[in-house]
Amino acid sequence: MSDAPTTTRKDWASDQEVRWCPGCGDYSILAAVQLLLPELGVRPENTVFLSGIGCAARFPYYMNTYGLHSIHGRAPAIATGLAMARPDLDVWVVTGDGDGLSIGGNHLIHALRRNVNITILLFNNQIYGLTKGQFSPTSEIGKVTKSTPFGSLDAPFNPLSVAIGAEATFVARTHDMDRKHMMETFRRAHEHRGAAFVEVYQNCNVFNDGAFGAITAKDKRSEMLIDLRHGEPIRFGPEGERGVVLDAQGHARVVDVADVGADALLVHDEQRAEPSLAFALSRLSRGPFEPTPIGVFRAVERPEYGASVSAQLAAAQDQHGPGDLAELLRSGATWEV
Amino acid sequence: MTETAQPARPLQRLDHVVIRFAGDSGDGMQLTGDRFTSASALFGNDLATLPDFPAEIRAPAGTVHGVSAFQVHISDHDIHTPGDAANVLVAMNPAALRSELHLVEPGGTILVNVDTFDERNLKKAGYSSNPLEDGTLAGYTVYEVPMTSMTVEAVADLGVKPRDADRSKNFFALGLLSWMYSRPLEPTRRWVEARFGRNEKVLAANQAALQAGWNFGETAELFEHRFEVAPATLEPGTYTSVTGNTALAWGLVAASQLADMPLFLGSYPITPASDILHELSKHKRFGVRTFQAEDEIAGIGAALGAAYGGHLGVTTTSGPGLSLKAETLGLAVSLELPLLVVDIQRGGPSTGLPTKTEAADLLQALYGRHGEAPLPVVAAYSPSHCFFAAIEAARIALKYRTPVILLSDGYLANGAEPWRLPDVADLPDIRTTFATEPNHLAEDGTAEFWPYKRDPDTLARDWAIPGTPGLMHRIGGIEKQDGRGDISYEPANHERMVHLRAAKIAGIADDIPPVTVDGDDDADLLVLGWGSTWGSISAAVERVRARGRRIARAHLVHLSPFPANLGEVLGRYRKVLVPEMNLGQLTRLVRAEFLVDAEVVSKVQGVPFTAGELERRFLAALDELEA
Repeated sequence: MSDAPTTTRKDWASDQEVRWCPGCGDYSILAAVQLLLPELGVRPENTVFLSGIGCAARFPYYMNTYGLHSIHGRAPAIATGLAMARPDLDVWVVTGDGDGLSIGGNHLIHALRRNVNITILLFNNQIYGLTKGQFSPTSEIGKVTKSTPFGSLDAPFNPLSVAIGAEATFVARTHDMDRKHMMETFRRAHEHRGAAFVEVYQNCNVFNDGAFGAITAKDKRSEMLIDLRHGEPIRFGPEGERGVVLDAQGHARVVDVADVGADALLVHDEQRAEPSLAFALSRLSRGPFEPTPIGVFRAVERPEYGASVSAQLAAAQDQHGPGDLAELLRSGATWEV
Repeated sequence: MTETAQPARPLQRLDHVVIRFAGDSGDGMQLTGDRFTSASALFGNDLATLPDFPAEIRAPAGTVHGVSAFQVHISDHDIHTPGDAANVLVAMNPAALRSELHLVEPGGTILVNVDTFDERNLKKAGYSSNPLEDGTLAGYTVYEVPMTSMTVEAVADLGVKPRDADRSKNFFALGLLSWMYSRPLEPTRRWVEARFGRNEKVLAANQAALQAGWNFGETAELFEHRFEVAPATLEPGTYTSVTGNTALAWGLVAASQLADMPLFLGSYPITPASDILHELSKHKRFGVRTFQAEDEIAGIGAALGAAYGGHLGVTTTSGPGLSLKAETLGLAVSLELPLLVVDIQRGGPSTGLPTKTEAADLLQALYGRHGEAPLPVVAAYSPSHCFFAAIEAARIALKYRTPVILLSDGYLANGAEPWRLPDVADLPDIRTTFATEPNHLAEDGTAEFWPYKRDPDTLARDWAIPGTPGLMHRIGGIEKQDGRGDISYEPANHERMVHLRAAKIAGIADDIPPVTVDGDDDADLLVLGWGSTWGSISAAVERVRARGRRIARAHLVHLSPFPANLGEVLGRYRKVLVPEMNLGQLTRLVRAEFLVDAEVVSKVQGVPFTAGELERRFLAALDELEA
């Protein structure tokens, strides 16, 4: 698409007033997407943003692309149909922790396992925002909310573990405090052929303020965020003094490099077909209060679903020619009267 | 009968016969009935069928729960139903006899596979004594045929194991019935060859069993005569035999061709709709994309996504699935996108009677959504009409940018009839147009695209599909500003949009054929029907008229909106009877809409009305009117 006329951020912003709460993390995600798209050489008319219900789901209204704001949890299913029917389009799904992992969990895992060519951005704020503050499937146990005044009893989902469990071919994490990292992660997700899943840690400053502050605040990042880089030993910390190893049981563990030696560190391999390594990394942190990996966990090649469907049609037509209706009606036993 | 068997028996002509094949679910009765039907169709009979099978794939062998039956009515004249009572029952085991005997006419003919009437099978069927010996079958003509042992013997030289040989006994039955009713064996032979060609032993066993059955009829001295049902005098043309689900699937392919839009089916397997998914999955040459979704909701979701992208989006289901799709239907109503939802109705509520027919989803189709969410509803009335109903549903969906529900039912879905094939050139052009240019000038002179700007005649909105430069826009389930399509919570605007959506659907009444009345002009009684009751009503009305009584009938294909003249038509009669396979859903609608004294004739037994049942009800109503 390098010969496409260049666009600017303005070309991607709709005329609608953005109506998220002031200070919401969604603003910075919107900015990252609007800044990235001109760099990708794609066209607004060939781009579709689809969403379900929730705060994140308002995203399509703010993009000057084709947009469909659908119903709770169903965006991956609708996107599957659109991406199968129209392989020429760039289809993005914007969802949240409730939309994508609770009411729409089924559609999410099936879109991922089929490897439909869609880019899914899951804004995880660990709370229900639009319904004003109930716990979500990613809220921590014990969370006190309007619907759990005595504390939530539900064990939370780890969105990346879910996606990797569904054998998604592209799985990544980024956060709303780092535009550059978001843009780079979204760029990789967009480049990927097949279903790309990106969890975005997103602050809900009204109902769950500071949920990720312990790891995403500027002064915390170097010691709390582990930037995954393909082919490199996994190290972090202000001086790179900490790292990640795989222990004998196959669990990922944070270690002091001085204790184990640099050679013992796990070398990140996002292209490993077998998902165990990516899964182990997704389990490294139990929540946004201890060192947490970000970046691309997994990026592997697998046939893209819509393309495979189209290939079957093309093969049938190549072999037997296009269908003929009159012939179809006569395909069973016929007789003349 | 003499000592020396005559190679050819006297031939007795029948104008029609109803045969019911019944056996264990594993006995292949559906296949046997289907093949007998096919041979009869090729022979030129008119026919109607009623497959009647349990929901369990293989219920315990030999039990009444596991009985699978197939009824076929063949005739030398135009018929409309699979027949009231069976003239002939083929019972492959005691359970089949026990569960089906009440469906045989008094004095009817019963062929049993006598090999299965042993103590164990009798007990499993719940018989305490042998009905072949205890007088249970007094008054019937009973033929005891050792079908299993004759089959085993027939295939003995082929090196087939006895257990496998047993599986060919349905072909023995088919061969025997083919002989009895003078059906040619050749079409069945060809079919067996095509179906089992890869497995030489099974092929040979089935062919041998088929021939053995025929030979048994020819040589055994059991049968006094053969029967013949002459070809029917049907309208000239090329005919094929179709089931409703096949016709419906072909109708969807046709609609896609006629609309010049690729077909996309999003579906989740559910009885009795799955065969549409199976059929459409074969037709990749037509560019048909079929998607077996993770659930019913994803089925309609994907279809809606494809429709948004400019494909002809379809989802197929049965009652419980329609309930699951309700929320997405609401979205489709709000988005004003074309979408077809096919509901093959079955006995409900809940899992109900999954393999049996019922037509109790009418009110769900009309009203089973949140908010004011009107949409058109079309109902097929015969297996072959499913083809045309699918095209009509697609025409309305595309022209009016609306989801349409197409109702069929288990009886139409699995029932077969001869179908005079239409000339493809006579099918309607249902193409629609996508917007390619802005449709509105803003005050400052900028050209804009307003997704909810409407055609003043049809009230259909302008439809621009993704990929169209310059017409990018956002739509969604939130209420939209009239015309412009932006989010709007403004009270008066919502009311306007609710009314616009309703007016759009109501206006379709001017674009569908008026309801026509058949029968006597001066009748006092009108029978109003919809859906698969068409055949039974037709037959019953013919019988009533043959008695010299006056009666009229009308049948609805469009249930929402109603044809524009329906109220006027209903008002012409003193009495309106509405046969329905529910408790009176259409009855309720016409009473509410037109203030007419309509009365339901209800049946919810999982099987269609018989012509006799309806005839009696119509006569009783006429007697009452004349009293």
